[in-house]
This record gives sequence, C-alpha cells and structure tokens, in this order.
Amino acid sequence: MEMTDLMLEMKGITKRFPGVLANSDVDFNVRAGEVHTLLGENGAGKSTLMKILFGLYKADEGSIHFEGKPLVINSPAAAISAGIGMIHQHFMLVNTFTVTENVALGLHTSDLVAVRKRLTELTETYGLDVDPDALVWQLAVGERQRVEILKALYRDARLLVLDEPTAVLTPQEVNDFFVTLRQIADDGRGLIFISHKLHEVMALSDRITVLRDGKVSGATTPAETSRQQLAQMMVGRPVKLAPDKPEVSIGQPRLTINNLSVMGDRDVLAVKAVELSVHGGEVVGIAGVSGNGQRELCEAVAGLRMPVAGSVSLDGVDVTAASPRRCRSAGLAFVPEERMLHGAVAEFTVNENLMLLNHDSEEFSRWGFLKIPALRNQADHLVGHYNVKTPSIDTPTSALSGGNIQKLIMARELSSKPAVLVAAQPTRGVDIGAAEYIHERLIAQREQGTAVLVVSEDLDEVMALADRVAVMFEGRIVAVIDRADCTVEGLGLLMAGADPSSN
Amino acid sequence: MHLIRRLSGSLIPFVAAFAALLIGAVIIWVLGANPFVGYWELLKGAFGSGDALADTAVRAMPLLLVGTGICIAFRASVINIGGEGQIVCGALLSTVTALALPDLPSVILIPMVLFAGVIGGGFWGAIPGALKAYLGVNEILSTIMLNIVAIQVMNYLLRAPLIDPLEIQRGTRIPQTERLSENADLPILIAGTRLHLGVVVALLASVLAWVFLWRTTVGFKTRAVGHNSAAANYAGMPFKRMTMLALTYSGAMCGLAGAVLVFGSQSHRFITDGSSFGFTGSAGFNGIVAALFGGLHPLWTIPSSFLFGGLLVGANAMQRAIQIDSALVIGLNGLIVVFVVSSTRVRTRLRQALEMTRIRKAEDDSVQVERAPNHE
Repeated sequence: MEMTDLMLEMKGITKRFPGVLANSDVDFNVRAGEVHTLLGENGAGKSTLMKILFGLYKADEGSIHFEGKPLVINSPAAAISAGIGMIHQHFMLVNTFTVTENVALGLHTSDLVAVRKRLTELTETYGLDVDPDALVWQLAVGERQRVEILKALYRDARLLVLDEPTAVLTPQEVNDFFVTLRQIADDGRGLIFISHKLHEVMALSDRITVLRDGKVSGATTPAETSRQQLAQMMVGRPVKLAPDKPEVSIGQPRLTINNLSVMGDRDVLAVKAVELSVHGGEVVGIAGVSGNGQRELCEAVAGLRMPVAGSVSLDGVDVTAASPRRCRSAGLAFVPEERMLHGAVAEFTVNENLMLLNHDSEEFSRWGFLKIPALRNQADHLVGHYNVKTPSIDTPTSALSGGNIQKLIMARELSSKPAVLVAAQPTRGVDIGAAEYIHERLIAQREQGTAVLVVSEDLDEVMALADRVAVMFEGRIVAVIDRADCTVEGLGLLMAGADPSSN
Repeated sequence: MHLIRRLSGSLIPFVAAFAALLIGAVIIWVLGANPFVGYWELLKGAFGSGDALADTAVRAMPLLLVGTGICIAFRASVINIGGEGQIVCGALLSTVTALALPDLPSVILIPMVLFAGVIGGGFWGAIPGALKAYLGVNEILSTIMLNIVAIQVMNYLLRAPLIDPLEIQRGTRIPQTERLSENADLPILIAGTRLHLGVVVALLASVLAWVFLWRTTVGFKTRAVGHNSAAANYAGMPFKRMTMLALTYSGAMCGLAGAVLVFGSQSHRFITDGSSFGFTGSAGFNGIVAALFGGLHPLWTIPSSFLFGGLLVGANAMQRAIQIDSALVIGLNGLIVVFVVSSTRVRTRLRQALEMTRIRKAEDDSVQVERAPNHE
C-alpha cells in the first residue's frame, strides 16, 4: 500500500473532552474507489472522528492528509470546496424548491438551465433517477436522498461521507442504493459508510474499521470476518445476535384485532381493516417501512387513538376505544416507539419512572399517600433485575443512555406481568449489548404465556424474534407468514407493496 | 468540581439577586443618591427590628400562599397568571360568609372563613382549569381575563350589595364593607405587632403543598403530567383531570390568601380602590416572582417570600431616607426574576453535564455499578 493510493489518511487522531477520551490514536484511511465502513456503537467516537474530518472539532493530536496534501478546513462549506461531501441522516433540502434549484443553491450561479443539464448527465451516469423539475416535497424519501447525493456529486465531491443512509429505505431501495454507491466508488471516488446494520456493512464494504471507546478495535474486510465477529469488536465481548428461542406451547389468542380501521394524524385512514390475533406464548412481528400504519395500529391497541371501525380485545375483554388506563388494567403493557416522548418522563428520577404505572396500587400507596420505602425497594429490585446501569435510583432519567432508558421502560412494563405486550421499535438507537438483552427479555415473555406484538423496521430484528411475521403496507396487513417460511427477500418485496398472491 | 456543584445548587438565586441589586445601586447612584445608605435603610426597614420583621412576615404571607399555589400549577405545567382574581374571589366568599354568620364563635368562624376563601379561589381557578383541560383554551389568556372579571364583580359587590350601610348614610360611598365580625379576626400572635395567625396558615400551606407534590399519588401524577403529559397519558394517567386539579389547587391557595388579607387586615373589612392592587398589593403577581425565585419548590418559597416581603417593606424606608421612589424595588423584583429564570437554564445545563460524566464513568465500568443496598 503506497501513500499515493490513499485518498484520505487520518493518522493518530486523538481528541479529548473533559472527562472523556473521544478518539484515541485513531488511524483511518480511504482509498480512491473503495467503500470504507466506520462501525461502532453510539458514543464509540464515530461522529467525533467525522467532525474532526469536517473541521468542526480540532484534533488534539494526529494529522489528516487528503489527496496527498495536509487538510486544513474549519467548516462544512470549506470541506465541500475541498472535495469532501457529507450526506446527512436528516436531509438539508428546501421543500418548496425544485430538485434543480436545490442543487443550484449555494453555487452562486443563476444559470439554472446549465445546472439542469449537468444534473441530468449525473443522474444518467450514476443511475440516480430523479426528475430535476420535481418539487422536493413531492419526492419520496429515497428520492430525496438521491438529491442529496447529486448535490455532493455536482460539487465534485471525491470523498463522500454517508451517515446511516439506509435508515429511511426499504430493503429493496437499499439494494438499489448499494448498486448506485458501488458505481460512484468505481468512478474513483472514496466512500465512508457509517452504519450499525451488520448485514448491510457486510454486503457493501471493501474495508471495515470498528471503533470502541474511541479506539480502533478492529480493521478488517468482509471476506475475513463475520457479523458475529464484528458485533464482538463493537461490544468487546461475545454477542448473541439472535436470541435462543426455546420451544413454547402456543396458548389461546390473547390479543384479537378485528377489522380495525384507524385515522392517522392527517385525517386519512392509516390503518385499514386489520385482522390479527396474537396467542399466548407467541411473538408476532410486524414488518414494514415506517409510516405504513404501524404506529397508529399500536396506539389504537393501547387506547391512545380512537378507531373508526373494528374492535380490539385483550383476553376476551373488549377494549375498543377504551382509555389507556382501562387497556392497561385489562393486561396491556406498551413499550412505545418514542421512548423519551411517550415512554418515560425525562426529568423524573429512575425511581419515579419505575413507579409511573403502579404508584397508586394498594402495595405502594395508602389513603392517597405514597409508600416511599416500598417504592424505593421496587426500584432497587427492578434496576438490579433488569440490569439498568445507573449510579442510583435518584439519577434523572434523561442522563441515562438510550439503551438503559429502554431497559428501564421494559422493567416497568414487564413487571406488571402483562397478558399482552406491544413493543414498538424496541431496540432502535440502542447499543448492541442492550439490544441483545432486550431481545432476551422479549423472548422470555413467551415462556410466561404473554402475547407479544413487536413492531420493527429492522427485518433482522423481526426475523430474530418473531414466530409469525405480519407485513404492513399502506395501512393493511398484506401477509402473515410463519417464521420458518420467511426470507428477507420475500418480506422486502411485500414491504415494498408487491402483490402477495404473485409469489 | 466541588465549586461547580455548589454553583449548580442553590447559590445561583443569590447571585441573581446580587446582580439585580447591583444594577439597582447604579440606578440609585445615577439618580444622585447614595446606594449604600439606601440599601442600608432598606435592610433596616425590612429586618432591622421586631416590628420590621413582623411587618415583613405579614407582607410575605400572601406572597407565600400565592407562591405555593404557583409552585403546584407550574409543576403541572400550567401557567397561572390569575392569582389576583383568585385572591379577590376567595376574599369575597369569605367576606360573605362572615357577613352571613357573624355570631358564630371564633373557633368555628375562623376556619369557616378560611375555608370559604379556599372554595372561592379554587372555584375561580377551576374555571380556566376546565377550559384548558377539556377545551384547550390557553390558561395564560383565560386567567388574565378572569382577573378582570373578578375585579369587576368585586367593584359591583362592594359598591352595592355589600357596601357598609354607614357609607350610604354618610353619602361618602367608599367601596368597602362594614367592620366584619370580630369573631373572625385572625388572632395576633405577638402582642404589639401585626403578626397574625395568617402567617402560620401560610407556612402550613406550603408544607402541605410539599407533602402533596412529593408524598401523594395525586401530586406524583400532577408532576408527571407537568413534565410530560404524553408519557403520563401513555401510562394511563387522567392528564386532563390533573391539569384542572392543579389550577384549582393553585386558585385555592390564592383564595386562602384573599381570606387572610381580609381578616388579618388592620381595618378588618374588605376595601377596594377600584383595582385589585389596592387590596392585594399585587400579591397575585409578586407571588409568581417568589415562587420562581424559590425554584418552584414550596419550601424554598418560604425564605423567598420572606425576602420579597422584606424588599417591599424596606422599600418604603428607603424612600423616606434617600427619596428614591419605592417603585424601584418592583423593578428590581423583575430583574431578579429575569436573572433567576435565565440562570436556571445554566444550572440545568451544568447539572446535566455533571450527571453525564458520572454516568459515562458508571457505564465504562464493565462491572455492574454498585448501588447502596438500602437507600432509606
């Protein structure tokens, strides 16, 4: 490997923050024509490294060379003119402008015709199919992402940084997207791919660098490693990617959803005539691209959204249009998608969040007064039993990591010994270690005879947990498939709206 | 590290108060008076003698009651600007009670008029509470508007049905009630001062508010709704009822202040000058200041009210000594609030930063964090 080979070379990068060593002697480089993946848990130092690359932070030690010259930039704008482009997780587009206008934005040119012409050439070269005259708000999420990439290519970015780009895409879109990325790389550009989805990392990367606690914990290639090993490098100990699933006898249906239709926020039907039942001891996974009615379905089951038709019953008790309180007393536990918004009170202490559901039960209150010692005992017990890492039960919940907050919510919901557990995106944004633990806990619910409904955009997660998979598309459940008959490809097609009868 | 922790604790309100006083000193100096003399006179006037302390306590009493109510409302994320109106309503209902049953013995009548104050103010708080909870009406607007309604009701009642018959005979028609039943007079605690039972009532109310917020199931729900009504709803809490209840409780405390103002006053009647301020001394607003300065904690609102009561009492002494209008103190109150509120931001950030480092450490230890086995 010669110096000239390397497009980007970051050497011995060290960055300290008060009390934290965010990057410690990190070596990272990208060759022209390759996709180099940066992998690591939240807080492993990925974003610090990228912020150093873009000049937002200054490294305490180390050097950065780009195309053979030392890189001196201090803003994202300077990075773009140096030839480094960033595709953010959240798009930076003006919704009311056309694609061409968005690309022209900041170019200091008024010749939109020329911009449009060059843009059309780029779309053809790379197969980035977007109508240059469409207004951005009319575009689908995948198309908007292509606009972002076109913006970077238009400015002749030789190095592209892609921050979790697949989070918003369906599995099919991901495949197309990877073809495009490969084409861009083959054109002699360098790509830095940031992701935590291991199967995508394995599929796309030429090289993989894993960060843990600010240090490089592994540098490898897909040919030399496995998902298992990558996970181990990220976490620092062996990890079970799919929990063991002991055989459990399936009981009676405990959650029955009949012909349920629910309005969405924009007064259009978000859930259309859904039929689904979940039996005791069974995990049903709902697969689907986000925004296809999963959230509304969960909220309707939990009593948070009034259905317009159909019925929901828990253990034979009709809870259609019941209050959240009645749903809970009928045996429902709910782990909501937005954990800080709906699952926990950020300002409350760990103890207070753990008592959110049962503080006025007979065990914990008398004559309207809280039994503080009993509540604290409960919190101590739950924190230990569910492995919530917190300095004390009096720590404000907002100070915990996402994984620990999720464990706290799980502890609270599961300790109510529910008949039915609805868990929406249970491990989104959660560290692998915590995700592994949460999966184990969900699976353990089967043995208690709980009916578990898991909603996830992560197909790996659905496949790992579910006994049956229901695919949701545009508000309907288009297919319910036994886990044994599921393939990622088949589910992906259904999630994208393929006709199930055509298989 | 220790310094930061202390700063992030309770020191900041004092820094804020000091900063406000500093600005006040500059204003006094620009106006050509000696700020040191002014502040010295203010201090002496507020806290310099037993009489001064008693006056300060009496002045602090309505601030504390209102502030206690504000603590509960704000903790439920309800902004109650309707203290003035709620004080007036509490005062009116307790006055009517005393007029209707003047011959009851003190042991019965005093609790009754105080309770009437609670009901009157609570009712006036429940109206915007219900409007907010069930119809989504902004409580800031409705409470302010209801202040005006309450004041007009007061003006009508004190000019016509409740007016002292003597005022009509004499033709002076000052809007005030007759001397209310002596049985309802709040007993003076220390002879020769103005210190009356109302001060004890206020202290008790703030302790009860603390118990309510941190020791009862309803208080817990109120705080949960205040911090995150969505999460409270998801947890099955009746968040609409909690919103209404918080404003009712808040109004009840203000109404109690109204009753105490009437029956602890030196004239022992309900008098108005046509606005509410003549009667309440703006306690409905200054109570908010006291509560914010006390960090919206009912117990911290006790010293905080005492401080602001002192400022108000001392301002008059300062005016006599250096001829600076006592209104300056009202300006200073405002400045203190601005400083405290903005520094609360700083304080939360500091505290979060500290917590984050602690957590990181805790998580870095691969061994599970050791917790003390027993916290109680």
